[in-house]
Amino acid sequence: MIPAYLALGAPFLAAVVGLLGGRTWPRLVVPVAVAGASVAFLSALLLAGRSLAGDLYESARLADVPTGGPPIGVDLRVDGLAAVVSVAVCAVALAVQVYSIGYLKGDPRYSSYAALVSLFTAAMLLVVFADDLMVLLVGWEVMGVCSYFLIGHHWEQEGSRASAVKAFVTTRLGDVGFLFGIFLVGTTVGSFSMDAAVTTAAVENGRVDLPGTLSTDVWSGHTATIATLLLLCGVVGKSAQFPLHTWLPDAMAGPTPISALIHAATMVAAGIYLVARLFDVFLLAPATLAVMAVIACITMLGGAMAALGQDDIKRVLAYSTVSQLAYMLAALSVGSAVAAEFHLLTHAAFKALLFLAAGAVIHAVGTNLMPDMGGLRRLMPVTFLTMTLGLAALAGVPPLAGFFSKEAVLGAAEETAVHHEGPAYAWTGWLVLVVGLLTVAVTAAYVARLWLMTFFDRPRSPVAAHESSPVMRWPLVLLAVPTVLLGLVGLRDEWLPDWAATTVSALGSTPSLVTEQPDIAQETLHVGPVTSALSVALAVIGAFAVWLVWRRAPAADPTAQLRQRRAFEHAFFVDDFYDRAFVQPVRVATRAVGWADDAVVGEAVRDTGQGTGRLSEWVSRAQGSTVQAYLTGLLAGVLLLVAGVVTFAS
Amino acid sequence: MPLLLPVVLAGLLFSIGVYGVLARRNAILVLMSVELMLNAVNINLVAFDVWLRDELLAGQVFTLFVITIAAAEVGLGLAIVLLVFRQRETSSLDQLTELREPEPEAVAATDAEPVQEKAS
Amino acid sequence: MTLVEALFGLLGVVALGSALLVVTTRQLVHAALWLVVCLGAIAGCYLLLSAELVAWVQVLIYVGAVVVLLLFGLMLTRAPIGVSADLDAPPMQRVAAAVVALGLAGIVVVSSVDAFRGERIELSSDDVGGSSAAAGEAVFRSWVLPFEVLSVLLLAALVGAIVLSRRDIGAADPSGGGHGDGR
Repeated sequence: MIPAYLALGAPFLAAVVGLLGGRTWPRLVVPVAVAGASVAFLSALLLAGRSLAGDLYESARLADVPTGGPPIGVDLRVDGLAAVVSVAVCAVALAVQVYSIGYLKGDPRYSSYAALVSLFTAAMLLVVFADDLMVLLVGWEVMGVCSYFLIGHHWEQEGSRASAVKAFVTTRLGDVGFLFGIFLVGTTVGSFSMDAAVTTAAVENGRVDLPGTLSTDVWSGHTATIATLLLLCGVVGKSAQFPLHTWLPDAMAGPTPISALIHAATMVAAGIYLVARLFDVFLLAPATLAVMAVIACITMLGGAMAALGQDDIKRVLAYSTVSQLAYMLAALSVGSAVAAEFHLLTHAAFKALLFLAAGAVIHAVGTNLMPDMGGLRRLMPVTFLTMTLGLAALAGVPPLAGFFSKEAVLGAAEETAVHHEGPAYAWTGWLVLVVGLLTVAVTAAYVARLWLMTFFDRPRSPVAAHESSPVMRWPLVLLAVPTVLLGLVGLRDEWLPDWAATTVSALGSTPSLVTEQPDIAQETLHVGPVTSALSVALAVIGAFAVWLVWRRAPAADPTAQLRQRRAFEHAFFVDDFYDRAFVQPVRVATRAVGWADDAVVGEAVRDTGQGTGRLSEWVSRAQGSTVQAYLTGLLAGVLLLVAGVVTFAS
Repeated sequence: MPLLLPVVLAGLLFSIGVYGVLARRNAILVLMSVELMLNAVNINLVAFDVWLRDELLAGQVFTLFVITIAAAEVGLGLAIVLLVFRQRETSSLDQLTELREPEPEAVAATDAEPVQEKAS
Repeated sequence: MTLVEALFGLLGVVALGSALLVVTTRQLVHAALWLVVCLGAIAGCYLLLSAELVAWVQVLIYVGAVVVLLLFGLMLTRAPIGVSADLDAPPMQRVAAAVVALGLAGIVVVSSVDAFRGERIELSSDDVGGSSAAAGEAVFRSWVLPFEVLSVLLLAALVGAIVLSRRDIGAADPSGGGHGDGR
């Protein structure tokens, strides 16, 4: 567990030091931040190494929190899945910290930025290592807060402020359902321990063999379905799926390294990770899996088409992220957590690479807009090479990592559809397979468009672009390595499932420091040859089509002639619909409330003041008379007193 | 004679004096009304003295004293009335209004700053 | 009803009537003269109550000095001769005054009647307590100290009246309206 504590503690400490002392000792900021990220990365590597060497399972209970209902235990656990994901998180975090040294050079708020990135890393690792739903929720929410601060890094700009609020509010909306889902799981299982939830579900599923130690009737009736649907709300919000996807493209207003860390590799993947963790509970609810499949397919294809219509290079990548996350969700919906995990890891690598490379391009050219770029192939060779690798992985070009993971997803869909294997309905398998293949084509199209518009033809930008500084170049190179090589993990079907295994304790709801626990039987990776051939073909077709159009007018946007371009550019007007349906009415309501506050409450206060004034004027008339009037009043009072005395005292 | 006769006479005379003090505008008329009130008191004193057959003749002696003091008071009162008349050319009590609260119009005109008005 | 009682009642009526006229007449000088009548009637009442000294002192000082002083005051303040309209306060004030006065009269009369019903003053004895000799003795024996204090008070009133009425001392502003409505 020590490496886990180190991985959690070092970035947290770096964050605290950075937030408290960043302004006083500005020269400490970079070393502290990079040190925190490095320690975390090395610890994560240690854990991954141990998982590779053999079965890894450790857990620890740090504290007991009795509540009126199900108790909360501050539990942490380390197993194969956690180790692997933590490596990905820490690698990207370290790359981002190093990259930011160059990207945000001279930024006045650098110290708080670096500290918040460290805090974010710690929070994500807390989500990864959590074994209790409440602990996970803490990490989840801290990530949301850090995301808010980091998106709004340039808060002097209206766009940044608005995007930060939008991201926070949208994910919070999902978190409402998420919280109730957690409550339901807690009350069903009797505690908030994820271990207990998964074990009871797995026993009921038959995926783990624990003879006679647990009562298996906790997940009866529709409890699993309702709980998982509620949890799905949080996943949809955090992982930017339809209908809560609108915050991710706008979050690109934040600095590019943040987009790489938060919106490509880590926070958006937290939802997928959660489902993978609680996968046995989800397997008890095929209805939820069907809903997931539908959401994933809508998002997959919609996101890809929207990416085709964007001019801003970061927004292309943002919609691409949305689309690729949908792939992961789709993998989960057809019953293969391993495929989702695989795609999560590869996506972390190549999407982070793409964002950082895009940042380098933006830094060099001074604009986000692709119509103003061009010809950077010769001006920025290293960036060009690494970004090409990343784009190829995104499109699913063999033998890069993206190809293998995407094939794992499509293969799992094929299993469900054609061979009726797995827990999901057959039609979901068909849906995912067909839509997934279509999306491969559209993905290749927008990848090609981005590649051609940014790097080829003559430079359209007035700025003389040049290669970025080494501090910004080396993270790109380092991230290119897993982009290329990570796919090889998929060469053997059982490597990844063994390596990224989910383990439970045998004792149900009270984990203690034990090893050699039973693994839950995992799906192995399937790669169907027909599907693979089809997807490669479709990718080639998509890219080729775009290339053909581009060749005729190299300086122009290949999609300019597309009839649906406007719909793509505005992402099918979902955001505008939300604006008109929700935001404007709320604005009207707030104006009404403000008016009512002033006109009713404020007016009442003012009227009270004026009324008191008028009353006092009226009373002061008693003092505005002659002496004789005063005397009359006096005598009248005396008379009354005397009358009273005479009447009552005799 | 019945005691009530002088006592009731005194009460009624006193009330008439009170009316005069409160209802007359001229300062000297007010002084006259005050004299009426004092006389009523005197009648009361004498009547009770005679009824009680006081050995010290307290009531009658007091009456003498009251008469003396009333004379002194009229003298001083008239001096004050004369002073006021010299300054203002009027002996009407309605005109003596320095201690009066300012008129409501003066306050309403500056509705925005009632605090200042009251404070001054 | 003895003669004394009848006379007392008559004199009482005269006193009340002239007092009413003092407070209601619209001629300023007539008010002073009606005051004389009232004070005289009261002196008569004193006599009937066998308070000789008081009666003659009343005539001497009240009728003789006080009324003269009031008449002088009227003259010096340029009192209007004849009917003048603004001798009374505004009607509202007059109504209030009348109410207060009537209330007062009511309370006093009712409580006195309630308290002293049936009591009688015995006037027909030989020992007339209010003769000048008896009163003089009482003043200069039992009440000599208050008598002396009273003379000091008279002195103070005298000095005060002189100081107040002198023109050549005091803080009168030359503009004549100095203490006018300035705040």
